[in-house]
Amino acid sequence: MSTNERDLLLKVANHPVGKQVLGRIGLPRPAPLERWQPGRPLISGPVLLGEAPAGRLGDAVRKVLAEAGSDTRSDPGTTERFKGLVFDASGISGSGELKALYDFFHPVIRRTLPSGRVIVLGTPPEEAGAVPAAIAQRALEGFVRSVGKELRGGATAQLLYVSPGAEDVCESTLRFLLSPRSAYVSGQVVRVRPVPDDLVVVPDDWDVPLRGRVAAVTGAARGIGAAIARTFARDGAHVVCVDLAAQGDALAGVANEVGGEAVQLDITAADAPERLIDHVRTRHGGLDVMVHNAGITRDKTLANMREDAWTAVIEVNLAAQERFNDALLSSGILRRPGRIVSVSSMVGIAGQRGQTNYATSKAGIIGMVQALAAPVAERGATINAVAPGFIETDMTAAMPFGPREAGRRMNSLSQGGLPVDVAETIAWLAGPATSGVNGQVVRVCGQSLVGA
Amino acid sequence: MSPVQVRRAAIVGGNRIPFARANGPYARASNQDMLTAALDGLVGRFGLAGERLGEVAAGAVLKHSRDFNLTREAVLGSALAPETPAYDVQQACGTGLETTIHVANKIALGQIECGVSGGVDTVSDAPIELNDDLRRILLRANAARSPLERIATLARVRPGHVIPSTPRNAEPRTGLSMGEHQDLSTRRWEITRREQDEYAAASHHKLAAAYEAGFFDDLMTPYLGLTRDQNLRPDTSVDKLAALPPVFGEREGATMTAGNSTPLSDGASTVLLASESWAQERSLPVLAYFVDAETAAVDFVHGDEGLLAAPLYAVPRLLQRNGLGLGDFDFYEIHEAFASQVLMTLRAWEDPVFCKERLGLDSPLGTIDRDRLNVNGSSLAAGHPFAATGGRIVATLAKLLHDKGSGRGLISICAAGGQGVTAILEAA
Repeated sequence: MSTNERDLLLKVANHPVGKQVLGRIGLPRPAPLERWQPGRPLISGPVLLGEAPAGRLGDAVRKVLAEAGSDTRSDPGTTERFKGLVFDASGISGSGELKALYDFFHPVIRRTLPSGRVIVLGTPPEEAGAVPAAIAQRALEGFVRSVGKELRGGATAQLLYVSPGAEDVCESTLRFLLSPRSAYVSGQVVRVRPVPDDLVVVPDDWDVPLRGRVAAVTGAARGIGAAIARTFARDGAHVVCVDLAAQGDALAGVANEVGGEAVQLDITAADAPERLIDHVRTRHGGLDVMVHNAGITRDKTLANMREDAWTAVIEVNLAAQERFNDALLSSGILRRPGRIVSVSSMVGIAGQRGQTNYATSKAGIIGMVQALAAPVAERGATINAVAPGFIETDMTAAMPFGPREAGRRMNSLSQGGLPVDVAETIAWLAGPATSGVNGQVVRVCGQSLVGA
Repeated sequence: MSPVQVRRAAIVGGNRIPFARANGPYARASNQDMLTAALDGLVGRFGLAGERLGEVAAGAVLKHSRDFNLTREAVLGSALAPETPAYDVQQACGTGLETTIHVANKIALGQIECGVSGGVDTVSDAPIELNDDLRRILLRANAARSPLERIATLARVRPGHVIPSTPRNAEPRTGLSMGEHQDLSTRRWEITRREQDEYAAASHHKLAAAYEAGFFDDLMTPYLGLTRDQNLRPDTSVDKLAALPPVFGEREGATMTAGNSTPLSDGASTVLLASESWAQERSLPVLAYFVDAETAAVDFVHGDEGLLAAPLYAVPRLLQRNGLGLGDFDFYEIHEAFASQVLMTLRAWEDPVFCKERLGLDSPLGTIDRDRLNVNGSSLAAGHPFAATGGRIVATLAKLLHDKGSGRGLISICAAGGQGVTAILEAA
């Protein structure tokens, strides 16, 4: 499902009459989000590029946009509308220079096209050198997050910090953030750091950035997992679809649809990592990407929660992943440049009543990717997490109306995301060209108010 | 004529759906639905979506007339390439193993590189036919030359004609059901009720243990919400089985019950076979090799041999051809049509008189180590959708041999019509 079929308000808001009615009664008017399709351009409209003096990243951006065949401008004109507004703020070295943001965006922000992209590039404050530069670079976050909340029409805003020396490994991230692949990602801060030369990978064809890669995806029988399998296959990967034996029927369906394989496996079993590693070693000689997507909920307030509800959630959502990661790293099965991507949750960042077990497990995922980033990097790999917000799945469709509507609307895009939005984000992190992003958590939440 | 090169056919793996009890969760599933599901699970397990295989051979014992091309239709509905040819085989309960023999032989002869064997059966969605008298009247009316003649023909329909003829689990030439036939053999071999119940309870316990160990995780794909064989009773016991009333044969001395006989079941199974090079090219595992097979039949109509006794004759011939003794196997898979069929088989091969008079052997064929017999349970616990049993057994044995890493296994399956299909597998 590439369009949002479950959201009635989204349909009404985009009907000529419904649009007017909603406007008058003050209800949010969500815009349909543009989503990527194979063969479509990276960005389907002109991009305005601005640079603060002494910026390091203008050339990198120009190169990406030129290769993608994009219409790049430096003159805003007076009436032209833009699909992308990109500003290189990496040269800003003091708070006085932040006015460059105002000068660039003020005249054109209202001229953003639907599903437009605002990207500010900076230098990580911790690497900015002088104190005034660190302060000014940190200030960019507040600007970008506010712009994200002001944008309309399904447009998004991101801050991309590129370390000095990482200019040549930010292409895959720039492409992801510019393209409709990042439809439901907004208000995010991503850091790209330098990597050894052999890890600087440029795909032959950016339309199939995962070509030749073998990826294992847990929880692949349904929902977000199935969307990951489909998205990975579309991007050229061979997908080993993993799920419980009890889900084997649906799992085989997904595996056959994506031309991959089905492996029925309980990830909490003691020998599960060994069995998956044996499988990929026998069939493929190794593994390039591991996606930890499988997860469960057993919601109850802490006072009412049974012990087994706590244990099962921690075991499936966190402990099993830790055992898999240990086995992946010690077995050497993960080929350079290896990728581990884990699914955390907005709840892991913000907490949620009735989900102490779930939120603990999902916050643990964040701890896991942060703690493992260095040892994983030693093996030429990366580990990152995505934290989905409200995603339209069978699980959220079963929620009561009140919480469901609140979850859907309390974000800058006034709608829920689709499983494919999470999958696209994971595919970007799993790409061999994304070597510079490690130990990070990227939210796929439409810039939700929760935990922001 | 060019010389034919014979090579080893490899068993790569298998897939089946859990077996359901009659009129259970698969009551509305057709043979085609179930066979397609089993095929799709196999395709998923081995990453074969869109591939053209050498052939798919399968079949069903109870078949609707509309299923004249059952296996081919299942292939067309599956994720396999539509260019994969297919055909049906029907040899009663031997169907699943017979299809494996066909595919293995074609691979051995180099006619195909890979193929799928299998079988499916449903007693829930069994064909019901028109009353034979009514059928004749309708056929004649259809052939009538004038409307008047047609009306006159149709006027012969009588109220009694609406009673349909349903398929019976009975031998056409004796009128006896399979259970009634086996009851005669059970009495002849003096198999006690206690022995049968003990045997049946062990089958359930062994199958349950295999599930617990995850043995079937890569042999099975759930279907319509069923994740295990529905007939499995992990907590059954000899005492519980002893409480069941006998259901076959004359009441006096009857020993065969619903507990120590296989239940009517629905299900499907498949096996993937290939040449070693085909498997190697795809980095697929080889679990075991298909070594040889022998099919036998007995004259249960005129002679005094039991309906399900044909394997007693097939196995000695198979052993002799391969220069093997009965003890030369690490695993024995004897299809449990009835507990007494298995026990009768063991007893006959230990019996000097039977072995001399019927098999022409100077000494008994031998004793089977019970610890090597149906080690993960068999049809008594799993159920027995007739044509699906062969594929279940072949895949199970191949995996057992693979897990052990060496040795060979013997398969023996009795079938209606006084037939028996047997085979030898060898560890890869």
